[in-house]
Amino acid sequence: MCTVCGCSEGETRIEGHQHAHQHPNEQTHDYGAGPAHAHAPGLSQARMVQIEQDILGKNNEYAATNRRWFSERGILALNLVSSPGSGKTTLLTRTIQDLKSDLGLSVIEGDQQTTNDAERIRKTGVKALQVNTGKGCHLDGHMVGHALETLAPEDNSVLFIENVGNLVCPAAFDLGEAHKVVILSVTEGEDKPLKYPDMFHAADLMILNKIDLLPYLAFDTDECINYARRVNPGIKVLQVSATTGEGISSWYQWIKATHQLAQIGG
Amino acid sequence: MHEMSLCESVLKCLQESAKAQNFKQVKTVWLEIGALSGVEIEAMRFSFEVVVKDSLADGAKLEIIELPGQAWCMKCSETVTIEQRFDACPNCGSYQLQVTGGDEMKIKELEVE
Ligand SMILES: Nc1nc2c(ncn2[C@@H]2O[C@H](COP(=O)(O)OP(=O)(O)OP(=O)(O)O)[C@@H](O)[C@H]2O)c(=O)[nH]1
Ligand SMILES: [Zn+2]
Ligand SMILES: [Zn+2]
Ligand SMILES: [Zn+2]
Ligand SMILES: [Zn+2]
Repeated sequence: MCTVCGCSEGETRIEGHQHAHQHPNEQTHDYGAGPAHAHAPGLSQARMVQIEQDILGKNNEYAATNRRWFSERGILALNLVSSPGSGKTTLLTRTIQDLKSDLGLSVIEGDQQTTNDAERIRKTGVKALQVNTGKGCHLDGHMVGHALETLAPEDNSVLFIENVGNLVCPAAFDLGEAHKVVILSVTEGEDKPLKYPDMFHAADLMILNKIDLLPYLAFDTDECINYARRVNPGIKVLQVSATTGEGISSWYQWIKATHQLAQIGG
Repeated sequence: MHEMSLCESVLKCLQESAKAQNFKQVKTVWLEIGALSGVEIEAMRFSFEVVVKDSLADGAKLEIIELPGQAWCMKCSETVTIEQRFDACPNCGSYQLQVTGGDEMKIKELEVE
């Protein structure tokens, strides 16, 4: 049990996890009890404590530790985010089949329950570790730090982190990844970038998946891309089908180019 | 429920602070939440009550200081107030806005015993 961070109090389960880890410097940011305040009652024993702490500060420390760990080893970490069922695992299994002879690959799978996705990935022959978040709806920096101890991705490899299917809070939780990649499937409607702007703002790449279904839908691709650019003028967009493989080579080129940048500390 | 895990982070900070500052009970927590932080204030209040049950902050009052969303409009050359991150400028309708404030999510101070 982890007595330092108390993370076993939650419902997170990490496959094969033994909890022998170093925590990043556990800083507290207390600045002592400040002068008595207007709202401090005069005679009781109550006192004011000025704390000035970012609510996500802890997560950001864990994420910073992960990021340092990746960069020391030349590992490219990509955080894949989307609504449930947009095709993350399908895209990953295909990507792994096609790239595993060129690149070292491994996967952290985040889901609320089941190890189904990790098993789908393992069938491709690469290392995968499932993190179940229980009631939690996103991975956080601390869970990923623990997962790394067990998974031990190789130096200079590419680590894919499949986040829990949720377009809201994974945007707020930095995992220490190099890039967030948002996967949107054409069956979800073109206005998703406007409905969930924080996620599309946080991502560097949008993969528009399931384009094989376009003939059967009234999905306006140009409008969707315009919406995405409105919330994030710099976002790159690739159109693919994870099942037919259409357009997928541009995704592989993006991974390889980004991986090379990670090697030179970019 | 994003707010649930934010409240868990808040509780963790309270527990650490209790050790460092030597207090046993938290009576009031002041949070600063920006309009662009993506936090639902009502969900936060609800989650807080649930999360601090049976802890050192059981029954503590949650005071939320809401901060407005602010952005710099390049066209108007001035700071404007926005409701959401990707709103147009309320003066000129331009989307050329640089967000300058309103994404705060902070614990400001505590009343403790
Ligand atoms: N037609 C079509 N179907 C696809 C494509 N990609 C994925 N699917 C289907 O979409 C469904 C969901 O795919 P998954 O890969 O499990 O989606 P996911 O994003 O991993 O789902 P969660 O992990 O539950 O969030 C499956 O039935 C896939 O076969 C595609 O490019 N075209
Ligand atoms: Zn831990
Ligand atoms: Zn999946
Ligand atoms: Zn969440
Ligand atoms: Zn303006």
